[in-house]
Amino acid sequence: MADKKQFEKGKMVPVPSVSIIPERDLGTTPILECSHLGIDFGGLTAVNEFNITVGRTEIAGLIGPNGAGKTTVFNLLTKVYQPTRGTILLDGLDTHGKTPAQINRMGIARTFQNIRLFNNLSVEDNVKIGLHNQEKYSMFTGILRLPKYWRQEKAAHERALELLSIFNMEDLADHQAGSLPYGAQRRLEIVRALATNPSLLLLDEPAAGMNPSETAELMENIVKIRDTFQIAIMLIEHDMSLVMGICEGICVLNFGQIIAKGTAEEIQSNPTVIEAYLGKQQEGGAD
Amino acid sequence: MEKRLNGKRLSKASRSGFINYGIVIAAFALIQILLVVQKLLGVTLVSNSLQSLLVPTCCYIVMAVSLNLTVGILGELSLGHAGFMSLGAFSGIVASFLLADVIPFAPLRLALSMIVGAAFGAVGGVIVGVPVLRLQGDYLAIVTLAFGQIIKNIIMVLYVGVDEKGFHIAASSERFNLAEDGTAIIKGPMGAVGVTKLASFTAGFVLILITLVVVQNLVNSRSGRAIMALRDNRIAAESVGINTTKYKLMAFVTSAALAGAAGALFGLNYSSTVASKFDFNASILVLVFVVLGGLGSIRGSIIAAALLYVLPELLRQFGDIADYRMLVYAIVLILVMLATNNDQLKALVGRIIPKRKGAASHG
Repeated sequence: MADKKQFEKGKMVPVPSVSIIPERDLGTTPILECSHLGIDFGGLTAVNEFNITVGRTEIAGLIGPNGAGKTTVFNLLTKVYQPTRGTILLDGLDTHGKTPAQINRMGIARTFQNIRLFNNLSVEDNVKIGLHNQEKYSMFTGILRLPKYWRQEKAAHERALELLSIFNMEDLADHQAGSLPYGAQRRLEIVRALATNPSLLLLDEPAAGMNPSETAELMENIVKIRDTFQIAIMLIEHDMSLVMGICEGICVLNFGQIIAKGTAEEIQSNPTVIEAYLGKQQEGGAD
Repeated sequence: MEKRLNGKRLSKASRSGFINYGIVIAAFALIQILLVVQKLLGVTLVSNSLQSLLVPTCCYIVMAVSLNLTVGILGELSLGHAGFMSLGAFSGIVASFLLADVIPFAPLRLALSMIVGAAFGAVGGVIVGVPVLRLQGDYLAIVTLAFGQIIKNIIMVLYVGVDEKGFHIAASSERFNLAEDGTAIIKGPMGAVGVTKLASFTAGFVLILITLVVVQNLVNSRSGRAIMALRDNRIAAESVGINTTKYKLMAFVTSAALAGAAGALFGLNYSSTVASKFDFNASILVLVFVVLGGLGSIRGSIIAAALLYVLPELLRQFGDIADYRMLVYAIVLILVMLATNNDQLKALVGRIIPKRKGAASHG
């Protein structure tokens, strides 16, 4: 991938919570506002004072060294862990006390660092499970196969294929999800998350294990997803070409604390970030 | 392109289901023909002992398919399925007795009794499921194991009867103040006595078909997909907005209700039934059917239940082996388990019958 493709990025403007959001999202409620978010595991503070604002159509990045607490932040946002302190506002609504399933219905969908698909089911069924809350028919309608069942199943089938077509995966619909190659499994997870009709999509290392050409394709697709669905996307990623290439606002986490926030250019020249990644210069630098 | 995919997909999901209906209907037809021919020609094709096994076999097929819903499709281990059968059996017997004067038409009375059995099974399922299915881990196995024992012990001391003053129910013989002319339906350790035998092979056949419709249609619906999603990956299922407790409960209660209906049919097949028939061994027997038939495979459950329930009786016919029939039964179980876990054998079978998933990945 010699030719570096330039992605169009929005101009970033400051907002009251010392964060930045894309200028085009000004005047609308930010999709996500975290303030003083933190969690302790026993005596260990895994995440502390996590403040972030994500605009409605922003592609945000969350980076940091291994063990910085990035995935923990995702688990807090989706209530896999209940936060010890702080608040999470999703589209202006407090998510306190909600379960992971309720959070999804409120509009956050996610993928997982270690892929979690429904391995024994077909690709199409995986997507249809994502469509679960858009289908509305009861258990009895399903058992008795009433007309409503056929109508909604047909609609779900068509929608599933439509979503799979984002990644050109329609032909894999009948395959068993667990038998797909690694990259396809990652893509399927994104499709499944999209099927839940989210307003904020959390991607946990979407490019992990992908080769450079696959990563470049993924970058285009992430931008395409944002543009077609008009949703916010927040991603954790170690591949800096992806993060610096498409993320508008980037947040750097180290030891559970935010050490820097800003645009790609600001982050790349931030001395604290360089220190976190490479170590202090006088101590011998990176070896 | 899309149309073609659509057609292929729908037919694949329902094709497997139709084969199951076909197997059951064909087996029913075959046995009925054998019975008619036997009557006409006066030869013994189906021995009396085998004929007496027809209804219980139907019951155990329903038990196996319904337990497969919990164990194979929901992925939770239940060790007390016979407890729900017991609830269904005794409530069904009581219901059929109380309805005897109201509804003289036997098949309708049987159907209503089975519905009552299913309702009691479902209530039992809710009582066990609501607290336990909120937990993660093997708690359901522990609690259902206890539930089976508790139900057995409760029915062992239960006295139920009717006289002109109405319905009597007591937990000991001293407190069971039934009038002289009253009739006792359940007499504690003696179980249900003087039951009018309502069950028929046709009723068993219909119950199997209903069970197949319920389980297969449930699996291929929105709810069924949610249930299987919970089995495959609970965290991912929650992340796409699936209410875990609701769908676990749905599968478990459906399974318990079907077991209750099977129990009612079973109870109404004998003139007397004791609670100890539905003990831990009965639960394990059903679990053996499910495991040997294949977790999640409805067809496997049907075939395993039918063969393994009848096998000990079939072995009885062969004079000398008869004494060792339980030994042969155990050996068959072990051989089946070894065979299904043998990779070489699996590869051989795979070469003869191409696996559907594999075929899909080639096309």
